[in-house]
Amino acid sequence: MQIPVVRLLTCGSVDDGKSTLIGRLLVETDSIPYDTVDTARQVRRAGSNIPAGEIDFSLLTDGLEAEREQGITIDVAYRSMSLLDGRRLIISDAPGHEQYTRNMAVAASRAQISIVLVDATKGVRTQTLRHLTICSLMGVQRVLVAVNKLDAVGFNEEIYLQIKSEIEKTLTRLDLTDVHFIPLSALAGDNVVQRSTQAPWYQGPTLLEAIQSWQPTQSASATARMRVQSISRADDFRGVSGTIHHGDFAVGDEVKIFPSNKLAKIGKIISGFQEEQVALETSAVTLVLEPEVDATRGDLIAAASEDLHASDRFNAHLVWFNEDALIHSRSYLLISGPTQTPVIVTKIRHKIDVNTGEQNSANTLVMNEIGEVEIATNQPLALLPYKQSREFGNFILVDRLTFQTVGAGMIRHALRRGENITYQAYEVDKAARESAKNQKARVIWLTGLSGSGKSTIANTLAKRLHALGMHAYVLDGDNLRMGLNVDLGFTPEDRAENVRRVSEVAKLMVDAGLIVITALVSPFEADRQRARSIFDDGDFIEVFVDTPVDVCISRDPKGLYKKAKDGQIPNFTGIGQDYEKPSKPELILDGTADTEANTKAIMERLL
Amino acid sequence: MSTELEILKSLESEAIEIFRETAATFRKPVLMYSIGKDSSVLLHLAKKAFYPAPIPFKLLHIDTTWKFKEMISFRDKVVADDNLSLIVHTNQEGVANGTNPFTSGISEYTRIMKTVALRQALDLYEVDAAIGGSRRDEEKSRAKERIFSVRESGHRWEPRAQRPELWRTYNPKLAPGQTMRVFPLSDWTELDIWRYIAAENIEVNPLYFAKERPVVMRGSQIIMVDDERYQLNEGEKPEMKRVRFRTLGCYPLTAAVESSATSIEDVVEEVFQVKLSERATRLIDGANEDSMEKKKREGYF
Repeated sequence: MQIPVVRLLTCGSVDDGKSTLIGRLLVETDSIPYDTVDTARQVRRAGSNIPAGEIDFSLLTDGLEAEREQGITIDVAYRSMSLLDGRRLIISDAPGHEQYTRNMAVAASRAQISIVLVDATKGVRTQTLRHLTICSLMGVQRVLVAVNKLDAVGFNEEIYLQIKSEIEKTLTRLDLTDVHFIPLSALAGDNVVQRSTQAPWYQGPTLLEAIQSWQPTQSASATARMRVQSISRADDFRGVSGTIHHGDFAVGDEVKIFPSNKLAKIGKIISGFQEEQVALETSAVTLVLEPEVDATRGDLIAAASEDLHASDRFNAHLVWFNEDALIHSRSYLLISGPTQTPVIVTKIRHKIDVNTGEQNSANTLVMNEIGEVEIATNQPLALLPYKQSREFGNFILVDRLTFQTVGAGMIRHALRRGENITYQAYEVDKAARESAKNQKARVIWLTGLSGSGKSTIANTLAKRLHALGMHAYVLDGDNLRMGLNVDLGFTPEDRAENVRRVSEVAKLMVDAGLIVITALVSPFEADRQRARSIFDDGDFIEVFVDTPVDVCISRDPKGLYKKAKDGQIPNFTGIGQDYEKPSKPELILDGTADTEANTKAIMERLL
Repeated sequence: MSTELEILKSLESEAIEIFRETAATFRKPVLMYSIGKDSSVLLHLAKKAFYPAPIPFKLLHIDTTWKFKEMISFRDKVVADDNLSLIVHTNQEGVANGTNPFTSGISEYTRIMKTVALRQALDLYEVDAAIGGSRRDEEKSRAKERIFSVRESGHRWEPRAQRPELWRTYNPKLAPGQTMRVFPLSDWTELDIWRYIAAENIEVNPLYFAKERPVVMRGSQIIMVDDERYQLNEGEKPEMKRVRFRTLGCYPLTAAVESSATSIEDVVEEVFQVKLSERATRLIDGANEDSMEKKKREGYF
């Protein structure tokens, strides 16, 4: 397949002459308006020693005020130019410093080609290896190592060869196969667009030639896939809309819908305002299925013959973006195209030192770190290895409270234990058990500070329900920590795991038809939301027992506040750790009020 | 298919995907319809994205009351022809205070009648996603903007704290107070816009085509005198010149270019040849080097 729009990533820092290189590439291919070039002749940064009237190429690419003031690149900038064969080249200009690894990942995520700049006067530095590592991880196909500033070393071939051999040693480990080394001078204009007369020893392509000669490698015999973005409904019309990848679909093709596994035929293809016989790869279309099987946003439509290998466990590379470190066992939202599902990172296998490629043990990832992790998704997904498919092998992680994009992942492979577990549906189900008990099974999730009165309310509530002949069970945080959760402490990670286990147990009990009352501090909103997410709508009743901290301290039924104040208990909620109040609880109880009144309020909610 | 058409097809498919994502994930999106060529392309793409269903959101036009007359008549015709749902919003407080492009100062006028007006409309109609026709090739700070670009409360753009945006996996989630701006034409160039208009036979405003129009000179800029409110210098008389516009906005602030391009094909040829950036004809952008970034931080599109 021909790719008419090619994307190029540039890696390097201002010191390496990156902006100058891109600026020259754009100016010499006539891709910049004349008035913009004139501005770059006239405007000067503070301390610039570029002679008046010359173009300061770097001014053409640094866009933000802060960037111009500081003479650095902060965020990715995108620029378009035309290649000589008519294809479009979109240049993603990414900052090169280590604290901007995440921005580089953004720019690399769609690039097929990258330019890695090496300053010939300085030789190979750690940043070069970092740039190559990120290119490899993000699936960049062709790497052009631009050995820049050769004019400053007298176009010395030895220096070029030295740099080349040093980098070549690392390429096998990095799994990069299409790499070219180009000696050039961005400042003097040698071997960028114009061939150099100064380096007769180099016979290879100029930078522009090496960009232009790239063609996509034909992918192995994959079959077409489309993820459903939306359902299109009009009079007598119902279609599923999305973008086609990995191949073409034609009218009459047999397809299956995942996860329902229903089969259908493609009855019609709508592309724009027209009906077509074929939906070509990369086109955005609407398919009419026959019969009209159910499909919703996020579902996958694949050739009926494709073996989907769906799984809910994957091994993946993960780049961490957020200032708050990754928390193992905390629930995040996974998004891949239109597919969304809650996900937990179950294991951090190791982190990758981006400067050396070494694998180091780790129990978290902080901002700009990259690691190999295992994830567990709430529902099975038909993701593919990233090396095989960028479209179906990528995902991002979103924080469930701030909604920030906190990480980006590349699937390495599905884990067997996830593939082989399929949910077994039983005929005696929750509804049957509920009706035998003549009650609606639910979980009452009491949350609040230690000493807020959760256990007392839980106990009173359980007695009241029992007296009415209902079947209820209390899961008490402290009691569970003597058995099921004996291995857990009070760090944010352990608290997340504590909540996860209790919510899973509660879910089993609700499924068994019971009314479950949990009494856990559960201080973090993200953990509670994750707990909520595994229950059916309406089955999770979050009750916030709101008691001022000084009241809890004066009660201190277990003497814990005193210990925490004495420094004997770290991470104690209210003293060393914050309690995040629920944003939308079903019920808020005044913890200083009468227990009877509070119990009554919950009973009213239940009956 | 020629490479040129393949590029357009590829840009079109991505834009359609972005429209569908927006419609599927936001509660109340609007399409920012500013009547110009980019808006015409945006509207065409929106129709294609949802066909045979109608466009599932409203159009929003911020009317400063200083738009070209032909812009308003064109807008009303388009809305009527396609049976679209349009919201027009004007900052009435600005009008009451007599804010105008002559005596208020260009940047103050723009802030009140465009930026503040836009913020008012987005708040009033509880818009959570505003789809705009901005392109990365227009201006340096736009070159750095995401396709799904978060605005903090008060519609502020925080250029240094943009969400990472990878692949074509977009994060549409908003925290309280945040809103989204969506730019389906991010990767398009001015020439792409015109080639697409030609290829798809999209109707665009007649102001884009050369015609004898009454103009005056302001420095090197040619300004059309569109109505009697224009403040002429003493003894000054508009003269007729054959001009057209590269961008459309408030008429006293939008310079014309001398041209003989009367068809879309002529315009494509002219844009292909011309070597000045398109926003050079916008008086408001030149105020100082970083003016676009400043405006955007305040909530401008």
